[in-house]
Amino acid sequence: MPTDRQAMIEISGVSKFFGSFQALKNISFTVRDGEKVVIIGPSGSGKSTILRSINRLETVDSGSIIVDGMNVNDPKVDICKVREEVGMVFQSFNLFPHKTVLENLTLAQTVVRKRPFDEAKKVSMALLEKVGIAEKAAAYPAKLSGGQQQRVAIARSLAMNPKAILFDEPTSALDPEMIGEVLDVMKTLAREGMTMVVVTHEMGFAREVADRVIFMDHGSIVEEGSPEHFFTAPTHERAKLFLSQIL
Amino acid sequence: MPQNPTNHIKIDVGEGAAIPVKSDTGLFTAWRIAFFGAILTCLYLAFVKPEPYREIFQFIPDGILVTFKVTVGAILLASIIGLIAGLGRISGNRIINGTASLYVEVIRGIPLLVQIFYIYYALGRFVKIPDMFSAIIAMAVCYGAYLGEVFRAGIQSIPKGQMEAALSLGMTRGQALRKVILPQAFRVVLPPIGNEFIALLKDSSLVSIIAVSDLLRRGREYASETFSYFETYTVIALIYLIMTLFFSKLISLMEERLNANR
Repeated sequence: MPTDRQAMIEISGVSKFFGSFQALKNISFTVRDGEKVVIIGPSGSGKSTILRSINRLETVDSGSIIVDGMNVNDPKVDICKVREEVGMVFQSFNLFPHKTVLENLTLAQTVVRKRPFDEAKKVSMALLEKVGIAEKAAAYPAKLSGGQQQRVAIARSLAMNPKAILFDEPTSALDPEMIGEVLDVMKTLAREGMTMVVVTHEMGFAREVADRVIFMDHGSIVEEGSPEHFFTAPTHERAKLFLSQIL
Repeated sequence: MPQNPTNHIKIDVGEGAAIPVKSDTGLFTAWRIAFFGAILTCLYLAFVKPEPYREIFQFIPDGILVTFKVTVGAILLASIIGLIAGLGRISGNRIINGTASLYVEVIRGIPLLVQIFYIYYALGRFVKIPDMFSAIIAMAVCYGAYLGEVFRAGIQSIPKGQMEAALSLGMTRGQALRKVILPQAFRVVLPPIGNEFIALLKDSSLVSIIAVSDLLRRGREYASETFSYFETYTVIALIYLIMTLFFSKLISLMEERLNANR
């Protein structure tokens, strides 16, 4: 990954407390335009918290997060503008159950991007085609399998033409046989050059797709580097132990 | 509202009329027996004992119309007040939240009959408004507090991820609420709102105490002229029963339709 690319997400010195528990300890890292960063670590390590801080679903207590030149924690910055540019895919899909698949995709386009409905529909159908689910456009989410729902959720965030997408354990709620179809869509996005920050337990995906792996434990970044380095020769004991437990 | 620990079993029996659902066969059968039984009884009395029942049936319809107007007017106004109160109760703004909570607590602590008297005479001191309106306002202010709690519970029953998904797409809180949260909450609150609607229909008989000629008051007027108290109140009771059963059926049909297209 060329390092001369522009920084898309710049996190510096971020800390966060839940009461007296420190969830994030002085986290700093940068995600460049087009880069794929995978964050791994045991549960409770703060990886979802830092991801959710990027579009301010969580607020942080100190440090700064700059997304596409906008300071996320500046009260003067319109947070909606940041969220328009940064898509998010959740572990539990979070499709809107009262809307059809197509309406799930068109809603934010028409309400936020102010696209005319016909144009939004065209964009949506092309994206549903891309994630291989166009025939379900008129169905309600409850009629879809978990894998299908997550692919719709990815299409929904793509419909906003985001500059980056955050994935919060996108395959953790899926049955094993459906994980592949979601990862395939994510790999396609990666090949097309989407900027991605992915929290996941899928080590195969991390190895194949990541430009950089960040390993977190107890709210700190313990190790950061290329996937080859991390998976074959991790420096820290904690990372070695984690890898031996899951591989 | 304190959070109950999950292992704490709580039996929740509302005082509102039961809306028949198909799965509850016992209640469903009871609904049919009661509804058609009441109608047949009315017909029987009108034809077999026309004296005095036919005259009662001629005297009362004006009152049915008034009861209906008060009920519908109050439920519409109460829904608006309730939605505002419910949103206020979940607001992060302390003043808004405090005001809404205070409204709910004060109103729920005062008997409806007292509130009707209070609003009727309090309003009467400052403005001259028709009796019917002050009855509607009194009922709506009272039921708005109960509906506020229903709306609050309905909105809070929608998973947090729905708001997060909407926000992460760039929607404002207001847009997320209108387009994502409230449409889902509406399905959840329809049955309890239906129950409140029926409870309100029954409680509307309280307005007969102020100068509103509703069903009960028309009955009292008739009975006090003719002294046929037993016959009059039999008819009044049957008509209230037919109305509440009719509306409970209507609401359960609405629910079925809403659930069908999911």
